[in-house]
Amino acid sequence: MSIEVRSVSKRFGSFQALDDVSIDVGSGSLTALLGPSGSGKSTLLRIIAGLEEPDSGEIRLAGEDATVLAPQKRGVGFVFQHYAAFKHMTVRDNVAFGLKIRKRPKDEIGGRVDELLALVQLQGFGHRYPAQLSGGQRQRMALARALAPEPKVLLLDEPFGALDARVRAELRAWLRKLHDETHTTTVFVTHDQEEAMEVADSVVVMNGGRVEQVAGPRELYDAPVNDFVMTFVGEAIRFDGALVRPHDLELSLEPGEWTREAQVERIVHFGFQVRCELVDEDGVELFAQLTRDQAEELELEPGQIVFVRARESVRRPGVGVGGELPNVGG
Amino acid sequence: MRRLGLRSVAIVYLLAVLLGPLAMVFYRAFENGLQPLWQSLTDPNTIHAFELTLEITAIAVPINTVFGVVCALTIVRQRFPGAGIVNAIVDLPLALSPVVVGLMLFLLYGRTGWFGTWFSDHGMQILFATPAMVIATIFVSLPFVAREVVPTLREIGDEQEQAAHTLGASGWQTFWRVTLPSIRWAVIYGVVLTTARCLGEYGAVAVVSGHIEGKTETATLRVQDYYENFNSTGAYGIAIVLAALSVLVLIAMTLLKPKETA
Repeated sequence: MSIEVRSVSKRFGSFQALDDVSIDVGSGSLTALLGPSGSGKSTLLRIIAGLEEPDSGEIRLAGEDATVLAPQKRGVGFVFQHYAAFKHMTVRDNVAFGLKIRKRPKDEIGGRVDELLALVQLQGFGHRYPAQLSGGQRQRMALARALAPEPKVLLLDEPFGALDARVRAELRAWLRKLHDETHTTTVFVTHDQEEAMEVADSVVVMNGGRVEQVAGPRELYDAPVNDFVMTFVGEAIRFDGALVRPHDLELSLEPGEWTREAQVERIVHFGFQVRCELVDEDGVELFAQLTRDQAEELELEPGQIVFVRARESVRRPGVGVGGELPNVGG
Repeated sequence: MRRLGLRSVAIVYLLAVLLGPLAMVFYRAFENGLQPLWQSLTDPNTIHAFELTLEITAIAVPINTVFGVVCALTIVRQRFPGAGIVNAIVDLPLALSPVVVGLMLFLLYGRTGWFGTWFSDHGMQILFATPAMVIATIFVSLPFVAREVVPTLREIGDEQEQAAHTLGASGWQTFWRVTLPSIRWAVIYGVVLTTARCLGEYGAVAVVSGHIEGKTETATLRVQDYYENFNSTGAYGIAIVLAALSVLVLIAMTLLKPKETA
């Protein structure tokens, strides 16, 4: 089912959560809403689900106006960051909830619940209560619960945000696989650009209640439309007046054309990659990303003087000229 | 050492303020043996007083349970400017002296009161009869269910309810299947406190009842009646039964309290 968001605005008191937002989510796609906290991404998701009403604008689901349609009638599955498990029900009853509400026959419910518990690998956990499950298990239960009534759209609000890194990685891969099998239109909210890039076909970058760019992961990284997207998606540093990726900096021991002098402050090893932290001739801190081989060839050491220049292909003025580097990413 | 000191202060205080008088009541009730005690307690007017107290409680508790939950839902879940006012009004009976409550009802339902004229024109007696006593009891015991349920509702948040909505449940289905099971312990706790308050209510009921022996006399009023007529055995006897009911209610409360949140 396709989702169209048309000029949606939403205000909470004096805070403009969404400011004239329009996006299209194609039927069967897997879309990420990516942005820092307060960017409006969760509000947008909740408006699509019908959990919030927009102040103005329109939501169309499968081409039909659904702006004031109750959440019960939208045919969406919603997964919350903190699971929203029904604490007083067993895992089985949680998963069966949407089916019982629809008054499906008992044996049909039983069969469907078994199927879903198998899908989320919670067979044998059916009689436990949510309090007896780990965070990852609870979120898988919440996914099974959302999938049970066969929603036409699956909406996930920072679904893996409360989980530790390993479980998060597992569930990401699992979500991708699930989508590839079922092709349910899926939209998920995340502030983690890596998660968005890894899982989604299409990424909607949001900031300050507005959409900055909608693109596939690769295009987003290679052709960001502005400084915000450049710095929020992947790492970026300001070098010689332009925003560049740290792996687009070249280091040499001799001065040359386009180079700036800098002193090595610290060298950090991340396995195959080496991050070289520098202070340039104007006292500006920056860092370059090298491979381990490159770093070894230069025999880099703290205190050493090196000459830095941007790779030729990226030697261009900053996309949005001037301005401070937004304080995001790390 | 300090902890021991603290503990003994607490225990001595409880003994002096609560258990001491209670023990005294028991002592005085049984002072003259069982015979006079039994006689006082089986007096038809005393039995009627107990029946009346239980009747008023049986009416007031269910009403206040339903409205307590409704008020709590209004205060916590409704986003409207008046929610704060509702919250303050629910606390009003805790701040007002029951005697003032009684007086207010007297002024409203009395012969020249705002509503009193209408009711007497339609042949209904409110004041000096059970209806006024029920209204007074409802008023003073109103806050307990809401006060217990409000923090629980805040704590559980509204995500479970939203999840139920996205899964297709109507507001009514969500209340019965999700909200009520989540707040049930708070409701039960509130019901227990309300019951205790209703059984023990004196001030407001005293003003509006008219104190007619065998007609509008509740158990607490009966205590006063016996005491003023120098039947201290009877007064202490009823006091014991009321105290025993309260203790039962307390025990029920302790047993019902869910272990995981205790």
